[in-house]
Amino acid sequence: MMDEMDMEEGGVVKKFMFVNRKAPHGTIYALEGLEVVLISAAFDQDVSLAFCDDGVYELKKGQDTKGIGVKNFSPTYRALEGYDIEKLYVEKESLEARGLTEDDLLVDVQVLSSAELGALMDEQDVVISF
Amino acid sequence: MLHIINKSPFENSTLDSCLRIAKSGGAVLLIEDAVFAATKGSAAESKIKQAMAGMKVYALQPDLAARGVADRVIDGVTLVDYAGFVDLVAENPKLQSWL
Repeated sequence: MMDEMDMEEGGVVKKFMFVNRKAPHGTIYALEGLEVVLISAAFDQDVSLAFCDDGVYELKKGQDTKGIGVKNFSPTYRALEGYDIEKLYVEKESLEARGLTEDDLLVDVQVLSSAELGALMDEQDVVISF
Repeated sequence: MLHIINKSPFENSTLDSCLRIAKSGGAVLLIEDAVFAATKGSAAESKIKQAMAGMKVYALQPDLAARGVADRVIDGVTLVDYAGFVDLVAENPKLQSWL
């Protein structure tokens, strides 16, 4: 019954988390994940993005892909705000293992501990991994 | 002998396998996501520094630039471009790609 009521008001809003764990450029995962996040923006859902393991490299400032002949999609992360995707979480432990800090990242993020990120993941309705 | 590594040291054990097995006196070339191993402050830095005691370590500059880490390469790692990559392959009669 509750679902039907929500549907009348324009659909059920679920909490979606996209978990990004791969470095950009070496594999297609990071770019494909970003494409799906942009698609999800069209559905007015509660979207958050988590970056852990090599996924933190997706947000590294100063990427210049001219030399390897692939698209530099990193500026697109800065456009997410325009799609009302503003919940970006980065795992502190992953940054530290790679010698990175929040200042190395090209967007504003919330840095969380592993435990905090895990708790947030647990609150979601849907978790999608790239 | 030239050893080529293309996987991130954080996601894959090919760097460890290579450095465990490769005979000293040879060369290691880091390409694609393996270039993260050549960056300062990372958990892989000590492995690369240790490897440099017995081997020459190279990293492909366009792959470092693409990932935004060309400005934080560990001292002693030699950067090469694609022409340098070809030279390394041509100079070394034997080559192992740690895929």
